[in-house]
Amino acid sequence: MKARTSILLGSLSAALVALALTSPRVVAADKVDPVADAKAFQNFFFQKFPTVKHEDFVNGPYSMNEDMKRQWQEKEEFPPYEFALDAGKEMFATPFKNGKTYADCFPNGGIGIRQNYPYFDEKEGKVVTLELALNRCREANGEAPYSYVKDEMASLTAYMAFTSRGKPMDIKIPDDPRALAAFENGKRYFYTRRGQLNFSCASCHVQSPGERIRAEILAPALGILNAMPIYRSEWSGMGTTSRRFVTCNSQTRAVPLEPQADEYRDVEYFLSYVANGLPISGPGARP
Amino acid sequence: MKLSLPFARLLALLLTLGLAPAARAADEADYKAAFAAAEAASKEAAGMRNQWTVTVSTLAAAKKAADGGDFDRAVAAAREAEALAKASIFQAISEKEAWKAMEIR
Repeated sequence: MKARTSILLGSLSAALVALALTSPRVVAADKVDPVADAKAFQNFFFQKFPTVKHEDFVNGPYSMNEDMKRQWQEKEEFPPYEFALDAGKEMFATPFKNGKTYADCFPNGGIGIRQNYPYFDEKEGKVVTLELALNRCREANGEAPYSYVKDEMASLTAYMAFTSRGKPMDIKIPDDPRALAAFENGKRYFYTRRGQLNFSCASCHVQSPGERIRAEILAPALGILNAMPIYRSEWSGMGTTSRRFVTCNSQTRAVPLEPQADEYRDVEYFLSYVANGLPISGPGARP
Repeated sequence: MKLSLPFARLLALLLTLGLAPAARAADEADYKAAFAAAEAASKEAAGMRNQWTVTVSTLAAAKKAADGGDFDRAVAAAREAEALAKASIFQAISEKEAWKAMEIR
């Protein structure tokens, strides 16, 4: 009887110790911690690809494949996004009908600020992307908004990215539960499987960067937005971040959300934040 | 009582003929019922923001077949669309927690 009681008490104390040891970890796992997430995210890629220079991840598939990289470097002498860049520069400087320009809507006249987008607007309680800010600027000045997926929007963001080339991504998450929720929502969106193919963004860009998917080499998720917007040979034209999200969804046979849906804004916030410190390389060119 | 083999076979055949639903061509009512079920599931998936492109295209194929009077094909497509929509609903529900398994920590 005495032995039985001792065993029972022993088991009980062991269970209590185990509970005490595991509980804080459960709590910690549920807490939104963007700093820890970004560190873990970057370390994952740095360890998976130890020979890739950290700042090179922003060059997507070219950081994963030497042959492709050489071809791309030669192509950069006459880059396919050059027309969009020139058009964007001109559009940026052309006044609206009311005489104002895009420069009036942005800090520092819109020059060299790409690395700060998207940001969390505490007044609105939502993430604001560069594309969204550009269309809001147009609407505030009596102009019709542009399509979020190509042409004029891609040209404008190409020019703005170009003026920020080399500047490290610098996304802030204010001490606001709504900002943390947006970050967490973006993270959830990034890792959630969708579409008939049952793929998440991470299926390709975390689990398989550097691998081929049909004829293409998958880009790493780290720094993937630093190169936006991009000229894609597959598209025979320029595409924005919105276009990238929409086509990724379609490729997994998921019906895409509307451009600039909350989910897309949040996933852009998440992906940009975890790339903090890596240089802006947009506009980019991809196969 | 032990049945003789030919008698047992005959019995089985009669039972099969008697119990199996008679194969008949689908009509507009069958199509409407199948399409309504598929559409309801599809709307539920869309409400969860987890619609699949193949659900939408298979629903459209069902409608096209019905418009052309081919109700067999229309019913088959509608049932397939319903199955696809239900799979996407299952995916949305299971991913509410399952996404965490993929997270880099």
